[in-house]
Amino acid sequence: MIPDNCKYTETHEWIKIEGTLAAVGVTDHAQDALGDITFVELPRPGTIVKKGQACALVESVKAVSDIYAPISGEIAEINRSLEDAPEKINEDPHGNGWILKLKDFDEHELSGLMEAEAYKEFLESEE
Amino acid sequence: MTYIANTDEQRKEMLKRCGVSSVEKFFAVIPASLQPKSFSIPQGRSELEVHSFFKKLANQNYYNLISFLGGGYYDHFIPSAVDAIVERSEFYTAYTPYQPELSQGTLQAMYEYQTHICRLTDMEVANASLYDGGTALYEAFQMAIALTGRRKVVVDGGVSPIYRKMIYSYATNLSVDFRETVVIHGQTDRERLFNLIDDSTAAVITQNPNFFGAIDDHSDIVQRCHDNGALALQSVNPIACAILKTPGDMGFDIVTGEGQPLGIPLSFGGPYLGFMAVRKKLVRKMPGRIVGRTVDTKNKEGFVLTLQAREQHIRREKATSNICTNQALCALRAHVYLSLLGTDGLREVAQLCLDKAEYAKERLKAIPGIEVIDSPPTFNEFSVRLPMDAGECVGQMIEKGFAAGFPLGRYYSGMEDFLLVAVTEKRTKYEIGQFAEALEDVVCR
Repeated sequence: MIPDNCKYTETHEWIKIEGTLAAVGVTDHAQDALGDITFVELPRPGTIVKKGQACALVESVKAVSDIYAPISGEIAEINRSLEDAPEKINEDPHGNGWILKLKDFDEHELSGLMEAEAYKEFLESEE
Repeated sequence: MTYIANTDEQRKEMLKRCGVSSVEKFFAVIPASLQPKSFSIPQGRSELEVHSFFKKLANQNYYNLISFLGGGYYDHFIPSAVDAIVERSEFYTAYTPYQPELSQGTLQAMYEYQTHICRLTDMEVANASLYDGGTALYEAFQMAIALTGRRKVVVDGGVSPIYRKMIYSYATNLSVDFRETVVIHGQTDRERLFNLIDDSTAAVITQNPNFFGAIDDHSDIVQRCHDNGALALQSVNPIACAILKTPGDMGFDIVTGEGQPLGIPLSFGGPYLGFMAVRKKLVRKMPGRIVGRTVDTKNKEGFVLTLQAREQHIRREKATSNICTNQALCALRAHVYLSLLGTDGLREVAQLCLDKAEYAKERLKAIPGIEVIDSPPTFNEFSVRLPMDAGECVGQMIEKGFAAGFPLGRYYSGMEDFLLVAVTEKRTKYEIGQFAEALEDVVCR
């Protein structure tokens, strides 16, 4: 599952522009590789993050992984429901499992990210 | 792993690699004033000689003093069974094992210890121990900074001056805005404290009983913290928890304390035991190891180290703390002590401390020239004002066979004539009487 309306990073985050906001989550491939997710640590809204900076944390039965900001911006919203139900990331990584939303982001940085097709090829090359 | 000494040949090789010609040149970067004058150490001595040397040295200590000294560390009775159990070879280690799940017995003991701490404090989760009461409180402070993202910390003046010194020293380079309220003898000054709490406050730290022995209900302070989005931290005496309103009941978020009173000998200042218990929602930010109870694939009960993703062997520099070890042996002592006493036994110890301290107050009040600070209520410790320097008085009392207490002037300037007196269940009515007579003798002479 690699939706066309998202852009992707090599660290397996997706980003989707929703008007003035940009939603960020982890890809289906990432949630599958991580296994059952048991805990998510979210940033404080208002935090300014730079492209590539660790801005959230996902803990699974196998590992603890940082979530890196795909582009620079300010944390506008966080998915607080993940605090009680982190398994939403496993169940619906592109929907209810979104992690955070950025605002005032740098749109130019989007061009450096992969389209769905490129991400699919990237996954294949990684295997 | 066997120890392999390096040879002259290997040393030469290493120096060559480093690009220096001698060991002296290698260490030349250390200023001469800081280098040892000589590396020559005395000839070896026989075991017998070493034994008698240290025996002589030990005899220079004052020992067998009847102790009224406290200040956070107390002379409680330790049942012989505590030593007998912890010295069993299966248990006798200061560490949680490196292959923890193989050591089910140790893990079970740690789990039961955590359960004791939770029940004593009325909190939801405890860790498997920290170094001591002071470092545990520092870790709690550190958690509050991390959890709130705020930099102002309000410290009540009733918190042990030793702990405060430890926290400030650890936090020197953390740019934290510490605010202290002044408390002398009494309970927390609510007006001053509340004035310092606002939406930039990360935490408020209190202690119960406070350093002067005063007991208090801090529920209102907790409420004020929560209204401002700050965390409420309390340091407690675990014995006192048996009969006082518990920190959990008052609503505290993080509770720490010194576990020494729980079956750990005074031993000239350590090793001691730091304990920590938190609300369940804060567990991911709690430092230290946590033992959990679970079932295996055959549904049999077992114990594991749990939530290890907080720890430095997994999180590296992002770990909740860089404290990598714990005080497993001291925690085991606390566990055995609490198990032997049970709920009723511990309550009885606490009640005896309180009653005997009250009796001591009455005896000391009768001495002309001594003022007993009698309000607010205290637990096992109280302060008295002497008609002389308290340090001088303590010196004279030692000659009479008593550790008379803690001279408050050591940490509070202007209080040179105040003595902090502690009374545990070990002190008999006779000893308290002897103490009062000796003190009268010293102050009235």
